[in-house]
Amino acid sequence: MKSTIIKSGLLAAAASLALTAFAAADPVDEKLVIDGEEMITRAKAPEGHPFEEVLSGWLYREAETRSLEEDSFENPGMLSVEEGEEIWNTVEGTAGKSCASCHDDAADTMAGIAAHYPKWDADAKRPINIELQINKCREENMGAEPYAFDKGGQKELTAYIKHQSLGEPVSVDLSQGEMQAWWDKGKDLYYTRTGQLNLSCASCHEQNNGNYIRADHLSQGQVNGFPTYRLKTGLTSLHNRFRGCVRDTRAEIPTAFSDDLMALETYVTWRGTGLSVETPSVRQ
Amino acid sequence: MASKPRIKLPKKASAGEVITIKTLISHEMESGQRKDKEGNTIPRQIINKFTCAFEGATVFECDLDPAISANPFFEFTAKVDKSGTFKFTWVDDDGSVYETEQAIEVA
Repeated sequence: MKSTIIKSGLLAAAASLALTAFAAADPVDEKLVIDGEEMITRAKAPEGHPFEEVLSGWLYREAETRSLEEDSFENPGMLSVEEGEEIWNTVEGTAGKSCASCHDDAADTMAGIAAHYPKWDADAKRPINIELQINKCREENMGAEPYAFDKGGQKELTAYIKHQSLGEPVSVDLSQGEMQAWWDKGKDLYYTRTGQLNLSCASCHEQNNGNYIRADHLSQGQVNGFPTYRLKTGLTSLHNRFRGCVRDTRAEIPTAFSDDLMALETYVTWRGTGLSVETPSVRQ
Repeated sequence: MASKPRIKLPKKASAGEVITIKTLISHEMESGQRKDKEGNTIPRQIINKFTCAFEGATVFECDLDPAISANPFFEFTAKVDKSGTFKFTWVDDDGSVYETEQAIEVA
């Protein structure tokens, strides 16, 4: 680990003017191999991307954190994935069905699927992610109550389904429906400064990735590993992370799965095009 | 309370090799120090003992105390000279015993 100097006075309140005081530290140049399978942690950026290369957040973490993700036995997020598997096989709702009743073995039917979400939902006329897809299935096919945000096994089941795409490169199809318009809206939000600290997503993750903001090594803010196991909060959903990030800018926090956050998810997911799905990744 | 115990060790090794063994069991490890909403103490329930034996001979054992976090994970090494079976045992405060085993082939 390269030693870094964090200059005094670099408080969050000074973030807008103290950008020059960020201490630089490069992401590591190592390969992520999970149970013998190599993940794509560096990918050539898609056309129109501000970077030449997109990098997984794994490359920005400490050695101890990185090693936890390399062995699925040690990855604490895998306990949640196992819980998700139980939910997958549990019958719920008036139709007397479980996920498995229709989708059988997720290892076959869900392989590679989640790498291509968010997807256009023609019924709702908006992009949906895995969480919303699960809720749609629960309401329409199982006769069960949709999960409330982060409740009732939503994170675990999402992690289980996304884990079936481990290693699959992320790609979103912007030609579906109005995905491009949502992407545009997400891009606007990404670059819009908000909150008392007047920060946009780009302030940290585009202009300062690789630098330190206080003790945090800023990454590109890729979402390929969500739901992710965070050392401080356990299994963490993407919209929880979005909300946390926005809260830290001291702005009003948008509602999970709102139009704003779905647009942002569409755009940010595209920014990680080509990276392997790492769910459940391990991050700080 | 506990769900299935998990172990990870190689299926094959060469004689005299030192292998790494990892174990993990899901368990709340309720410390007995916490109180519920009504202020009543939540009774202690932890895994209090873990043992790993190879063909009857203890390889590794330890007592666990209430300060150990949920889902206790152990990693240790063992030298293997011959083929045999590793047996793993976790003892719960409520008297339950969780067991699992795995054979190793030594060439």
